Amino acid sequence: MLTLGHYLTVSGLLFTIGFAGVLLRRNIIIIFMSLELMLNAANLSLIAFSRFRLNVAGIPNYSAQVFVFFIITVAAAEVAVGLAIIVALYRARQTTHVEDVSSLKF
Amino acid sequence: MLLLPFFAAALIVFLTKPLPSLSSFLAVAATLGSFICACIIFGTANPQAFEVTWIDLRPVLYVPLGFVLDDLTKTMLLIVTGIGSIIQIYSLGYMQEDAGKSRYFASLSFFMFSMLGVVLSNNFVMMFIFWELVGVSSYLLIGHWFDRDTAAEAAKKAFLTNRIGDFGFMLGILMAWTATGTVVFQEMAQELDRITGYPGYLTVTVLLIFCGAVGKSAQFPLHVWLPDAMEGPTPISALIHAATMVAAGVYMLVRVGFLIQVAPEALNLIAWIGTITAVLAALVATQQNDIKRILAYSTLSQLGYMVMAVGLASGEAAMFHLFTHAFFKALLFLGAGSIIVMLHHEQNIWKMGGLAGRLGITFLTFVIGTLALIGFPPFSGFFSKDAILVLAYEKNRTIFWLALFTAFLTAFYMVRLLVVVFFGKPRSNPARAGREAPWVMITPLMILALPAFASGFGFVAKLFLKMPHEHESGWVVPAMAFAATLIGMTLAIVLYRRRESDPLDIILLRKAFGFDAIYALLIRATQGLLATISAFIDRWILDMGFVRGLSGATWGFGSLLRLLQVGNLQGYAFLFGLGIVGLIYFTIFR
Repeated sequence: MLTLGHYLTVSGLLFTIGFAGVLLRRNIIIIFMSLELMLNAANLSLIAFSRFRLNVAGIPNYSAQVFVFFIITVAAAEVAVGLAIIVALYRARQTTHVEDVSSLKF
Repeated sequence: MLLLPFFAAALIVFLTKPLPSLSSFLAVAATLGSFICACIIFGTANPQAFEVTWIDLRPVLYVPLGFVLDDLTKTMLLIVTGIGSIIQIYSLGYMQEDAGKSRYFASLSFFMFSMLGVVLSNNFVMMFIFWELVGVSSYLLIGHWFDRDTAAEAAKKAFLTNRIGDFGFMLGILMAWTATGTVVFQEMAQELDRITGYPGYLTVTVLLIFCGAVGKSAQFPLHVWLPDAMEGPTPISALIHAATMVAAGVYMLVRVGFLIQVAPEALNLIAWIGTITAVLAALVATQQNDIKRILAYSTLSQLGYMVMAVGLASGEAAMFHLFTHAFFKALLFLGAGSIIVMLHHEQNIWKMGGLAGRLGITFLTFVIGTLALIGFPPFSGFFSKDAILVLAYEKNRTIFWLALFTAFLTAFYMVRLLVVVFFGKPRSNPARAGREAPWVMITPLMILALPAFASGFGFVAKLFLKMPHEHESGWVVPAMAFAATLIGMTLAIVLYRRRESDPLDIILLRKAFGFDAIYALLIRATQGLLATISAFIDRWILDMGFVRGLSGATWGFGSLLRLLQVGNLQGYAFLFGLGIVGLIYFTIFR
């Protein structure tokens, strides 16, 4: 039987992998993908909660699933803006290596 | 009367500065006016003393601006204004070609004002204010020729030494006020029973008040300013160092006699300090070669006598000696001034000589003054000095012998002065060319000669003063005093007749026991120490510690924080994650 715990574990693992990707990958687009992964991990955990936590009358609480839609929408908008920034960055620095963009370093 | 000289001074300073003749006329007129008022007051049997309230914080503090007009004050007023007028007239001649004549007469008038204030005040605070003003005037007057280094130094020294005494004086006033609740002399005398029960406190108070007299009347150990003060013009030396200012200390002691009488240990100390001063000064005077310095040390010595008398619980004897001393000392100084000016400002006695014939009237009056000073009967000094000697004979034999020794020394150095200056052959060109001084200067000498001779006689002095009680020891003391005087005179004549230079050469005495050097060393050492400590604090604690420390701390802290600016994206993301972890930890698990 699959319980809430399994789903949450998967969600946590996905989140960690995404975070690790943000921290460790060099290409800015890969970093962005990892960021998306983190968002989706959050989505997964929300839906898991919605499926397994039932009300008194046995009806599931659907507000979490509505919230997931919000998150997907926000993620889409964020991707649009973020990619625009990446393009501008590429035009300025001619590189997608994130380590090269360190002119604010003391 | 008090304010006349003040107005003169103010007028001179503000209006008539560029007109020296007018200034001098104003000053002399003002002082003569005061003298006339003093005579009138003296004649009045019971003059009304009025009082203006200045600070009224009863019952804590009540300071009036009031005048006291009892017999003591009346006599002092006569002395101060009388001798003051004479000296101002003399100054008309002495300062004739001086450039700062207006300034001189303004300062002189201001001095008269302050001195009259001291004499007239009826409470400690007012007296202290005028006391300080007298100190300021003396600074202005001694430093009259301020472009001379020595004069400026001397004026500074006088004022500072005075201030040290005044510091003690103020403490004494505060203590007396705390104990009796009032500063007015008359009320304090009535409240005296309150503190007679605390002898220690009383002794300290009296001694502190005495400090004021030590400073003003140049007693040991604050005597160092008086000889240096001879840098001022000779009429100034006559006025403030012979007749009036130094007498202010003695006057103050007599005025607060009611306080001093009830503290026997203080009395003893006062008497001893007076004696030490008298002996010390007389010893030093025997080796001085500047005519004014000899007279200065002689003043110191006579002041020692007066303070000694106060310490032997007889303010009357002290005042008597002050009275006679004022006349003959002023006479001597003015005579010295006439010699100096007629010899074109030569002051070394070994460059004078043979002046008896050339400056005849000066010589005669000088002889009268000298005989009065050394206590040759029947001149005035004999009677007053005798009164003090009798007092010492009856109360404290050690002091008596010391005082007798001083009388011998006094005769010795004064006759030395006479012989070297007036007899023998002239030793330098100015001496050969000396002629008698102009009438403006001679007349005051003649006027003063009379009281110098006569003021000692009982019937004369009784008019002015309360006489010390008649002694019972008969003629023993006067005989001893006369003998001492004669021995001193003969010794001096024998040693100094027809000499070209001093046969005695005692360096210790000539350098006045090295007091100046000791004080200079003391001051330099303290200042040096203070300077070193301050420099250390300034360089290491304030500069290193606070200023650099503060900036260093900020800098270091900033460097630490700078490490957080890693500059690359992933670094920031890592720090972000750390923050989240911390947040979760603190909200859920704590």
